[in-house]
This record gives sequence, C-alpha cells and structure tokens, in this order.
Amino acid sequence: MNFELTDEQTTIKKAAREFCEKEFTPELALEFDEKEEFPMELYRKAAKLGFTSMRFPEEYGGQGYGVLEDCLVTEEMCRVDPGLGVAVTLGTLMFPDGLLKHGTEEQRRRYIPPLCTGEKICAAAFSEPEHGSDITRMDTIAKKGGNKWVINGSKEFITNAPFADFFCVLCQTDLKVTPSHRGESLFAIDRGTPGLDVTKLNGKMGIKPCVTGSLSLSDVKIPETNLIGELNKGFYYALELFDGTRIAVAAEAVGMAQGALERALNYAKERKQFGSPIIQFQGVSFKLAEMAMKIETARLITYKAAWLYDQGKMDPMITAMAKAYASRVAMDVTDEAIQIHGGYGYLADYHVERFHRCAKITEIYEGTTEIQKLTIIRSLLKRGFS
Amino acid sequence: MNIIICVKHVPETAEAEIAIHSSGKKIKTEDLVFDINEWDNYALEEAVQLKEKHEGSVTAITVGSEAADSTLRKCLARGADKAIRLTDKAFEGSDSYVIARILHKVIQDLPFELILTGAQAGDDGYAQVGVVLAELLGIPHATMVKKVEPLKGFVKVNRELEGGLEEIMEVKLPALLATQTGINEPRYISIMGIRKAMKKEIQVLSLKDVGLTEEEVGESGSWITVEKMFIPPVEKKAEILTGGVDEITTKVVETLRGKGLI
Ligand SMILES: Cc1cc2nc3c(=O)[nH]c(=O)nc-3n(C[C@H](O)[C@H](O)[C@H](O)COP(=O)(O)OP(=O)(O)OC[C@H]3O[C@@H](n4cnc5c(N)ncnc54)[C@H](O)[C@@H]3O)c2cc1C
Repeated sequence: MNFELTDEQTTIKKAAREFCEKEFTPELALEFDEKEEFPMELYRKAAKLGFTSMRFPEEYGGQGYGVLEDCLVTEEMCRVDPGLGVAVTLGTLMFPDGLLKHGTEEQRRRYIPPLCTGEKICAAAFSEPEHGSDITRMDTIAKKGGNKWVINGSKEFITNAPFADFFCVLCQTDLKVTPSHRGESLFAIDRGTPGLDVTKLNGKMGIKPCVTGSLSLSDVKIPETNLIGELNKGFYYALELFDGTRIAVAAEAVGMAQGALERALNYAKERKQFGSPIIQFQGVSFKLAEMAMKIETARLITYKAAWLYDQGKMDPMITAMAKAYASRVAMDVTDEAIQIHGGYGYLADYHVERFHRCAKITEIYEGTTEIQKLTIIRSLLKRGFS
Repeated sequence: MNIIICVKHVPETAEAEIAIHSSGKKIKTEDLVFDINEWDNYALEEAVQLKEKHEGSVTAITVGSEAADSTLRKCLARGADKAIRLTDKAFEGSDSYVIARILHKVIQDLPFELILTGAQAGDDGYAQVGVVLAELLGIPHATMVKKVEPLKGFVKVNRELEGGLEEIMEVKLPALLATQTGINEPRYISIMGIRKAMKKEIQVLSLKDVGLTEEEVGESGSWITVEKMFIPPVEKKAEILTGGVDEITTKVVETLRGKGLI
C-alpha cells in the first residue's frame, strides 16, 4: 500500500495551485459570485495550460492523465475559490468522456480537440423538470424520421447550457419497452441547431460563476450519426459517466473544505478576544482539529475512488461513499469556518460564507446524497464482507 | 544562445513561523514548504524567453539534495532543456564560495554564452554565488539586472540602483548576470510542460564527478562559518513626533522611507 502522490502528481497539484492563487483573486471571486456569469477569459487561460483536459488522451489534444490527476486540479481550484473553481473545471463535463467510451472515431475527432483547447465548451443534459434523481424514464423524446432524429422535450439545471457549443442529451427512443430505461439513448447536439432554445437560470445559492440553464427542444433535427454509442443504451452510459463525475464532485468538496479550513485557521490565529487569539480557546481549536480530521478522511476516500477508477477497478460503492461523505464534510467544515469567523464570517468580504453556499451543491448534483446511499446499500446487500 | 541558470531550492520563509535549529546555526526546515528561490524564478523566465527569441538551449543547475528535483522539474516544465543536480553529503555546510566552486567545476566544461542567476537567495540572502562564480570562470558579470538585450558579442543590460536609479551597460559575452525580481512575468507551469519535464532525466553528479576533494567542500572548504542564528527580540519603540503639521508629515515620510516602507 502506498499513500504517496508521485512527484508528477505533486507537481501537477502545485502548478494548479500556483495558477489559481494568482488568477482567482478575491476581487474576481466576489465579482463573479455577484454577476452570476461564466468567467470565460479565465476558463480559456486554464484550458491553454491544460488544466481542463487532464483526463483526455493526448491524441485528442488532452493531457493523458487519469481521474486522480484531474481530481488534484479540481481540488486545488475549489480550494482557492469554490465558485470560479467549479466553473473552470466543468467546461469539459461528461461529453468527451461519453465519446471516448462509446463514440465513433469521427465523433471524437470532431468534438474533443476543441474542448481540450478551451475554444468550445460542452454540456451534459440528463435532468428534466419531472425527472431528477430518477432518470429511468425521459420525457424528452427522439423519433426517427427518415435519416434524421427529431427531438422534442425539455431539460432542466443544465450546467454551461447558456453558452455551450455541444450538448449530449439523454432521450427516450423506445416508449414501449419495460423497464423504460432500456429505451433511452444519448445524442450529440450542436448549438444553433434549429429548435434548440436555452434560457439562463438565475438566483442559485452558490457556484454562481458556473452558469446553469434550461433547454427546450422542439422538433430539433439531427443526423443519424449524432447518436452516441448504441441505440437504447443511453441510461447505462449515463450511470457509467456518473461513476467518474461523482469522484470529481467529491474532489470539489474536499477542495472547498480545505479552503475554508485554511481561512478559519488563519483567522483564529489573528482574531483576539478576552485578551488572546481565539485559537487559544479549546472550543475553537478543537473545531479546527475536527475540521482537519474530516477533510483528511474525505480526501483519502476520494483519492481511493479515483485510484480505483484509474486502475480499471472502479467501485460504485466507494465512489458513492466518497461523494456522499466528502460533500457532507464540505458542508460541516464550511459551516464551522463561518462560526469561527463570528459575525465577520457572515459577510461576503470574509469569503467563508461563499464557501458554505457553494459547498451545498456537492450534496445535490451528480446524484443527491440519498441516491449515493441507495448505491451503497445496494452494494452492501449484493456483496458479502470479506 | 546557450544559457545556464543556477537555481536554488529554498524554504519559503516570508510568511511561515520560523524556529531556530538546535545547532543554533540555521533554521528548522522540516515543516517549511520549499520552492524555487524567488529571484531564480525570474532568471529562469528570462532564460527561457531569451532562448525562445534567439534559439539555443537552457540548462538548469542546482547544488542541493534530492528534494531539489522539484525545483529542477519546475525549470524543465517551464522550458529548460536540461537539468543537473549536484548532490553529495560532503556539500552540506558549504558557504557561497564553495557553492560557486562546485558550480564552476561543472560549468567550465559546458558550452554557454550566458549564465543567469538570481541576484540573491531568499533564505540566506548572501548574493555572492553569482559574483564569485563569474570570477572563478574569469568572465564579466552584472548584478541587480532589470533588463537583458543580447547583441552581437555582448549584452546590453539595465541595472537597478538604489533610489530608483537605473544604469545601462554593455557586458562582453560570455557573461554572468544576476537578475532582480520583476524583470519579467514568470509564466505559469502548464500541464503540457509537466508532461515534457517528466520525460526528461535529471543528471546527478557527486563530489567525485565534480572533481573536488572532501576538504575543499562543505564546512572545511568554506571561508565563512556561521556562528549563531537567532530571531531578534521584538523591540517596542514608540516615538512621539512634535511640531507643526508639515514638520510631522515630513518626519513621518522620512521615517517610513528610511525603513523602506514607501
Ligand atoms: C447547479 C446545478 C447544476 C446541475 N447540473 C446538471 C447538469 O449539468 N446536467 C444534468 O443533467 N443535471 C444537472 N443538475 C441536476 C441535478 O443532477 C438534480 O438536481 C439532482 O439529480 C436531483 O434531482 P431533482 O432536483 O429533480 O431532485 P429530486 O429527484 O426531485 O429529489 C428531491 C429530494 O428527494 C430525494 N429523493 C429522490 N428519490 C429518492 C429515493 N429513492 N430515496 C430517497 N430520497 C430520494 C432526493 O435525494 C432529494 O433530497 C444540476 C443541478 C443543479 C442544482
């Protein structure tokens, strides 16, 4: 057993940290949190340096690393700022991963390289107004008409939707089959295809620079060749994709918690009450010790999930545990960070309230904590204890 | 233009809590984060920019332990072509003169037109290695360099002097330049750079390879020995300024300027 990052991984982590510390200034973080706008310029800069294409093969313009290295970058980004961090790391969300697993060579060559360079951005549309946790049936329907697919329906909560160039969209292609999830398929749709409309969602609690939108599809016609993988396998592809992205969400959570801890620790050393720095009070210092303890355990299981994935031994239970656990840790730790800051923690300028607002998303997207627990319990029931 | 950069792997001490080692002669470094010396970081960027404009190669050299590899990797990731680490137990405790001698032994056999070093190291602040190395090599040098422009057979450099003065001079090549911070804007390390750097080998040389004896290096070879290192006690000094507003303002400005705060 070896718990050490390699030299290369440490170098990657440091490089990401250096970039974020210079670029994600507190002013910029506050500005984008308020504007609810995607930091496009920052995104392109990060992409040019390779930070947004870590897990894609070199032959498509990616960096050829694994999920673990991708997580290291995500963690550092969210550690410096949770909003800008999430926004920057999600520009290449899921679509390339789906194509790498199931797409044709032509689809990969067409879509992945411009995503790696940051010229293009993608989105992955599974959730619908009526189907969030349960995506075993889609109301978005794709029907074959001649040599085209004609798609009608709507999607909700789609990250990057307002400016994404490419979408992968989960649709019902067989309305009769039971169970219904055996009749779902995944499609690639380009921005600008007639009938595809996007509206921006405003008023999110956190991760405001990571812009979310709704899709409406009315008679969207796409070529046959835009089907990703096999017909009626979309549901399985989606689950498989979540197995990777859930680890990334756990890494977001670890990074956010770490960032909040560092801020709280520094503040506790500086802030004096009753004649001494508040860190001298055990009531405060024990909080910090517990925060650090939780973060370290969350990090360990996150890295383990990533490592298993990269070894080709992906374990849905460990992945679910990592996501559910790390996201809870992020909520607890960011909450305590505010508490340690007292009234100042409640102010935007002290940043920790933003960490707390952002942390909440990690318990919701890519499968809520409850859904992770379903996965864990199903695994426990299925396998014995060794 | 072939360029050699001498870099040092140093602890970041600006914001850390410093404690003195039990020997009383150095600081405790176990809990400190190490990175490339800030001045060297600019020297590295300058070297890479010069290479990009005028071709040639950049070789990064350090005297340090294996841990210094991370600094050398950084150099490779940011555009250096080769890296050499000079490591030997016997090198421990060497002063600037000995470090310069070790570097000299290796560099004298390498092809170069320019050597860049940082003006000083952030940990001990001696600002000597570059200058001594130039002397040993018998080449001209310039310190506190703010700008470098290579011309035929010489470089035109701007030097930063006290009080905001700047001096321009021509230095015959080959030469050694000790660069000041702020001379350029060091680039970020890219993931592509890291990938490339990881494929390169760091050449490691020991005392034997360098061709010096054990007596000539470490404390025994040094001209300077540290007697004691300590953290000065914090003095609480308050000075009450009297006089008219103008007088007080002038004194405040003078005091601040005297302390280098404005
Ligand atoms: C900012 C943001 C970005 C998002 N980005 C994307 C995106 O890019 N692409 C995309 O497709 N989706 C995206 N989503 C959608 C997200 O994945 C869903 O919101 C999430 O899966 C939950 O679905 P829901 O909101 O419909 O909640 P529901 O499924 O209605 O859940 C409501 C509550 O019921 C609980 N619940 C549901 N079923 C069970 C059960 N069986 N057992 C116990 N509890 C249960 C849930 O855990 C939750 O607490 C995003 C959401 C947000 C907020």
